[in-house]
Amino acid sequence: MSTVLEAARPAIATPRAAPLIAVRELSKVYPTAKGERVQALSHIALDIAEGEFVSLVGPSGCGKTTVLRILAGLIGDYAGSVAVRGRAHCGPSREVGVVFQDANLMPWRTALANVLLPAEVLRLKGQEARAKELLAMVGLAGFERKLPGELSGGMRQRVAIARALLHDPALLLLDEPFGALDAMTRDTMNVELARIAAASRKTVFLITHSIAEAVFLSDRVLVMSPRPGRIVEEIAIDLPKPRGLDIIADRRFADTVVRIRRLLDGEGTAQLPSIAH
Amino acid sequence: MWHSCARSRSAAGAQRESAALLHAARHAFALAWPPMLFGAALLYAWTQASARGWVDELILPPPGEILQQLSLGLSSGVLLPHLGVTLLQALLGFVIAVAAGIGVGAVIASSPLVERCFNPFLIAFEAMPKIAMAPLVIVWFGYGIWSKVVLAAVIAFFPILVSTILGLRASEPGRLDVLRALGASRAQEFRLVRLPGALPFIFSGINVAVVFVLLGSIVGEFVGAKQGLGTLILIANENLETARTFSILAILALLGMLLHFGVGALRQRLLFWAEPRTGSPPA
Repeated sequence: MSTVLEAARPAIATPRAAPLIAVRELSKVYPTAKGERVQALSHIALDIAEGEFVSLVGPSGCGKTTVLRILAGLIGDYAGSVAVRGRAHCGPSREVGVVFQDANLMPWRTALANVLLPAEVLRLKGQEARAKELLAMVGLAGFERKLPGELSGGMRQRVAIARALLHDPALLLLDEPFGALDAMTRDTMNVELARIAAASRKTVFLITHSIAEAVFLSDRVLVMSPRPGRIVEEIAIDLPKPRGLDIIADRRFADTVVRIRRLLDGEGTAQLPSIAH
Repeated sequence: MWHSCARSRSAAGAQRESAALLHAARHAFALAWPPMLFGAALLYAWTQASARGWVDELILPPPGEILQQLSLGLSSGVLLPHLGVTLLQALLGFVIAVAAGIGVGAVIASSPLVERCFNPFLIAFEAMPKIAMAPLVIVWFGYGIWSKVVLAAVIAFFPILVSTILGLRASEPGRLDVLRALGASRAQEFRLVRLPGALPFIFSGINVAVVFVLLGSIVGEFVGAKQGLGTLILIANENLETARTFSILAILALLGMLLHFGVGALRQRLLFWAEPRTGSPPA
């Protein structure tokens, strides 16, 4: 049986076209209250090609959220270089839409008004029709006038995804977007996310600690080591798309998950995966 | 056939409606009877105590006399202008206190350094009983309505200021991240996230302030004024017309409740999203 998983490529991927995102020699040091310095990231390099779905997995505290916050422009103080389409990236950018672990909706705004928030900040006119389309795309047609307090956790996160897409960014950053949801909702949302990513033709960079989730969704999975965070391995997932939940039963899926788990655990124990964990 | 069918349907609807109405009335009665019964018992005891001479009329006049004074004051047109002045002072003081409290609160909460500069002085000023400033405020602003407006505003300012600072400081970092990732300005952050998020806090300050403005208005009138319910109380007291004093106190209680309900209505309009979801009475 041929291996579907390509053997690990060198730590820096070099996609064919110029990458959408190019990160080189990225390091980040946090000062602590005691005046010590904690190395959060160490010499990270990664490329993300246009249209690619890339996941970053790693143990808690390895600095994966720091990588995302740097890409989102929320952390400006770092060493190394981050380029978007070849241009140096510093500070927030219209090319990027972010979905955080919490939906972070404004509870005083309706679902539609929450999706329109980026239009208000960026002073874009006439976005109502697009906002309604996006709500329909994430499966919330008819919920435009609901307040966040009237929506379930999964629905709120769908609104957050629609909001992140409103200003038509090239790159969608997802920071454990379904981490706060229960396992069953999470499985459903992952299937939805795969559909939304395909439908919107966005480049997606997903941070997660769920290996199965990363394998299920991604074209490529980057594996990070504990602090100081480094990218230790890069694994291309060649399972055919679109993928359904039944892929969990696929031998190749299970093999990939086990392999990544071993990478994270050292030689540690591997358990059979579900999508959620 | 169709006709009778439609009629019977509407009859069924009317029946349902009247059943719902009956249910609502029962619910209202169930809520209302304990305080009504208690009130009636209290009133009876009070009337008896006066009628049998257990208490001096100068100390506690009978309810009937107070009611008489109230209707006399209202029908003769003596009370209304004074009530208007006291209410106007309170309302103006309230508006100024809300605007100043939120404005200064926003400035103080804008940076930790500013907050540290202001903090000790705020604590000292807050600890001082503001009512003690009443004579001074009269000297500064005269016997007209503005001295009372200022006193009411000064007293009501602090609860709003403190709750504004607390509310702005409690801004959820996640919501701010959403705006920052879009490159929002500080003004946008304030308008779209911080201020609306602080409103539940601010309203707890406003609830206190609305009681304070009436207090400031009356105390200002005690210290020196030409008009207002406070001056009427002083006059009635000097003439030992206790029933009259009581009738004005009753008006003040109503006024306070009116202001309180006004704030409640405003709160419902602005904070529809933060209201605890209480079940409406079964209908």
